[in-house]
Amino acid sequence: MAEKDPAKEKRKIKSVKKMKDIMTNYYIDAKMAEQNGKKVAWITSGGPVEPLIAMDVIPIYPENHGAMIGASKMGIDLCQKAEVMGYSSDLCSYARSDISCATVNGGPIGGLPKPDMLVCCNNICGTVLKWYEVQARYFNVPLFILDTPFCHTQFLPEARKYVHRQIEEYIVFLENACKKKMDHDRMKEVGRLSVEGQRLWQAVLDTAMNKPAPLSAFDAFFHLALIVTLRGTKQAVDYYEGLLAEMRERIADNIGAVENEKYRLLWDNLPVWYRTKWLSDKFAAADTCLVADTYTSAWCGTLKYIDENNFIESMAEAYTRIYLNIGVDEMARDVVSMIDKYSADGLVMHSNRSCKPYSFGQLDIQRIVREKRGLPSLMIEADMVDERFFSESQIETRIDAFMEVVKERKSCTR
Amino acid sequence: MQAIKELSAIVGDPISYARKLKEQSGKKIIGYMCTYAPEEIIQAAGAHPLRLFGSNKNIFLADGHLQAYCCSLVRGVLEDALSGDLNFLDGMIFPHTCDTVQRLSDIWRLNISYGFHLDVVLPVKLDTKSSRDYMVDVQNRFRNDLEKALQVTITDDDIKKSIALYNEIRGGLKKVYELKNKNPEVISGKDLSALVRAAMIMDRNDYLRILLNVIAELETKGSTIKSTGKRRLIISGGICSQPDIYSVIENAGGVVVGDDLCTGSRYFEGSIKTAGNPIAAIAERYWQRPVCPAKHLDKNARAENLIKIAQDGKAAGVIFMLLKFCDPHAFDYPYLKESLAAVSIPSLLLEVEDQPQAQGQLQTRIEAFLETLS
Repeated sequence: MAEKDPAKEKRKIKSVKKMKDIMTNYYIDAKMAEQNGKKVAWITSGGPVEPLIAMDVIPIYPENHGAMIGASKMGIDLCQKAEVMGYSSDLCSYARSDISCATVNGGPIGGLPKPDMLVCCNNICGTVLKWYEVQARYFNVPLFILDTPFCHTQFLPEARKYVHRQIEEYIVFLENACKKKMDHDRMKEVGRLSVEGQRLWQAVLDTAMNKPAPLSAFDAFFHLALIVTLRGTKQAVDYYEGLLAEMRERIADNIGAVENEKYRLLWDNLPVWYRTKWLSDKFAAADTCLVADTYTSAWCGTLKYIDENNFIESMAEAYTRIYLNIGVDEMARDVVSMIDKYSADGLVMHSNRSCKPYSFGQLDIQRIVREKRGLPSLMIEADMVDERFFSESQIETRIDAFMEVVKERKSCTR
Repeated sequence: MQAIKELSAIVGDPISYARKLKEQSGKKIIGYMCTYAPEEIIQAAGAHPLRLFGSNKNIFLADGHLQAYCCSLVRGVLEDALSGDLNFLDGMIFPHTCDTVQRLSDIWRLNISYGFHLDVVLPVKLDTKSSRDYMVDVQNRFRNDLEKALQVTITDDDIKKSIALYNEIRGGLKKVYELKNKNPEVISGKDLSALVRAAMIMDRNDYLRILLNVIAELETKGSTIKSTGKRRLIISGGICSQPDIYSVIENAGGVVVGDDLCTGSRYFEGSIKTAGNPIAAIAERYWQRPVCPAKHLDKNARAENLIKIAQDGKAAGVIFMLLKFCDPHAFDYPYLKESLAAVSIPSLLLEVEDQPQAQGQLQTRIEAFLETLS
């Protein structure tokens, strides 16, 4: 075995192992749910998980599973299986791989544990509605839809009333499915832990304001898993406390995610799961760190709407006004403020053919960023799971050309 | 039929028609793209609701806002808007439809300077009490927003008159479909398609007069024309962007006797109650009519409806005509196909690209499909 490069070793984030252990145990528990008399709910990534935690239901995220499928490069095979079933190759690759995986128990963990119920919140897209209808027919289990009216420019009072009523309906749905009443004290505690977890996650992401950034967006993509899946648990809070401490230590020791950070960029859209390492190395080789992204911050972006002493009431607004459920102009404002906050020198946008609500509008955001901050941006055409839509040579050429522009601009403005 | 010829010309160039209508009548023209647009309220406001289908011209300007994996309908409408072809519009309304139209609304609001812009954020689910109450709230807000935008007052009586007009139009179209089902030779598929489409383009009162004449003519004609025993088919999908498909099917020995299209039965099915609060009545029709795949009614609702259409039409098969990149329809296709197969109704999938497909290739596929039908 070759000698380990000590500089490289120093930059490795130690919490990674802990995270892997937690996720492994989480999936083992979920797979044992039936034996242990526990219920399993499949839930969308933007859905309100806290009531599930309070009801002792194990939440399972087909989207997290989709990311795992992508990262383990099993996407093409599963997507093709879905195409044989009749699903168009133009459909979301998370949905395609999950739908076919359910029928063959394939993928990196041999399929997800069967759901006892499905919880679908359309605050991230309309795709999840169709996807969960497919699974509701396949598994023949109850489906709860939390319909969060899109906030093009505002969250209207009638929409607020509608979402509030649905949250009440959601609790009744869970009480029926679990045949027990909700313990509201427990719910309050879960709400408090959720807020605490979100604050810690935001604090972790905030450490990237430091130069050099102790973690990159590629690290954030990995450490995101718990704030998605186990939001509202002590475990998530403890984990992010540890991660935050590690990041602060790295700042104190002047350890950056990228060895020689000279340029800082902001990433937009979901990761290209099967190429995170390639992209990370590619940018690092150009002394560039992707310091922040619009994706991982979505799981703490609505803290401003949450009242931790009144979680159930305030979650209606928090879940409705998340990043993907707002207008393009508001998204552009968020992007510009992230550019300022993290001192980014440019923007990398993943035009993700799987995700229309995330990708349509990117060209306008790109224009707004150019107008407001005069920053260069790069658009990468790809897909988050389906590698057939990734052209390495083309993307490599475009990244090289883009980095030339970033360097040129920075040398001029210095 | 002379009446249909006139309609076909209008359907072929709706923008010229709408410009002329505005010039001659002074009516405000309000654009929309979806059958869940509360047209009745626009009509009641004294304005003209114009459904936009997007022209087939080459996309240049829309490329600067929407990637290539966006459907041609949305790209086409945006191209028309950016090029100024739609600058006669006094307003554009965006009922919540799909992810793509949702973003089109934002892009429109940020880039199109003419006309007012209104979002109508409809519920996505239609099967619960709270969603139905919300639907009524949304319609009430739309009425107020429209009053402000047009600076008019919309009375309950105005809405009731509009409802009566729409019920007559929708009932009339249903009647034509029944006549076609009874005797498919009574009107060609192409003419019927133009007849439905014109209902979304023309001045509604002018349209109703023509429609009633057409019905009278078809009723007389129906008793004299013999049915030829062609293969009876149903078309299912979103909008039918290729009216040529009907002639292709007819040339191949088939005939379309019914559809599940939003430029077809999903547009006219369901009448609005005339008693009680008119806004609540308009809202109610939305959960009684056949559902669009971008909305949720019941997880099996679309299959049940499609099977009923096929059985009522004594159809030998169903042709799915799906617009490329239309996610809601593409997600439903496998289950609809399977549900049809379970009751022994074969189906064929045609994915429609941006450009009209080569007629010969289409015809070969349809001929091959017809040959497999017993």
